[in-house]
Amino acid sequence: MNTTRQQGWVAFATGLLFAIGLGVGGMTQPAKVVGFLDFFGRWDPSLMFVMGGALSVHALVWRLVRHKPTPKLSTQWFVPTRRDLDRKLLGGAAIFGVGWGLGGYCPGPGITAIASGAVEAVVFVVAMLAGTRAVIAYERRDALRKAAELSAAETAVSPSPAPVKHH
Amino acid sequence: MSHWIEWSRALAGGVLIGASTALFLAFNGRIAGISGIVGGLVSIVKGDTYWRAMFVAGLVVGGLALALLAPWTMGASVASLPVVALAGALVGVGTRLGNGCTSGHGVCGVARLSPRSIAATIVFISTGAIAVLVRRALEGGSA
Repeated sequence: MNTTRQQGWVAFATGLLFAIGLGVGGMTQPAKVVGFLDFFGRWDPSLMFVMGGALSVHALVWRLVRHKPTPKLSTQWFVPTRRDLDRKLLGGAAIFGVGWGLGGYCPGPGITAIASGAVEAVVFVVAMLAGTRAVIAYERRDALRKAAELSAAETAVSPSPAPVKHH
Repeated sequence: MSHWIEWSRALAGGVLIGASTALFLAFNGRIAGISGIVGGLVSIVKGDTYWRAMFVAGLVVGGLALALLAPWTMGASVASLPVVALAGALVGVGTRLGNGCTSGHGVCGVARLSPRSIAATIVFISTGAIAVLVRRALEGGSA
């Protein structure tokens, strides 16, 4: 089996395990998610245990593997290294949080809940994909516009032929 | 007492999620951030689609297993369809701009003590709490 296929099966197995974890942890119950975010009402702390359990295991394994030259099935690590905070990150997180609080779904549970046949989950995921698509389209247009401006600026500063003198 | 059972289940679910993201990291070398994985299927890059589709397929098959074997794990929606649509759009826009969601930032990033992920997690839990608070106020405390 080639590496791409092996990576695919790892992705499938971990996706499946992720969904089971969501179900066991209560993340596929929007009411529980909203209960967790309801700090000033009847707060339900159980999602704190989900997050605590998940990040403890992840942190432990990260410590074990982080100094290995490569992951098992790839020639390189794809782990983000940026550490700076910018408005895009914080603004995006703020917008995401509002959506999470309103619907009680974040991306993983939304996709997993589609299998339950709930119309709301399907609508949530379709709207989510549309939102992501809109940002990607905007960013592409923005990048094209900037590239065009840059090349226009380069043309403007490039040396123009010396004016012909008339006597 | 029943709280302890609930919290133990939550912890067990968390451990399964952590095992999933940790295996994905150790084998594929990637962050199991659901919004990022799905986002890469919205704008397709050649040669970078198969594992993403397989991960999403795993999520859906896992969801089917839950729906068939443990249907009580699938809770009903707390919001009407228009609100769910608005919520979905905000989640889609926000996770793309903010480079991640509960899994990528909240689990994988916080576990690596990434300052970006810690900040993002604090922000989205805060605005999520505000959204719940505002909704409850608008609905007269029934939510």
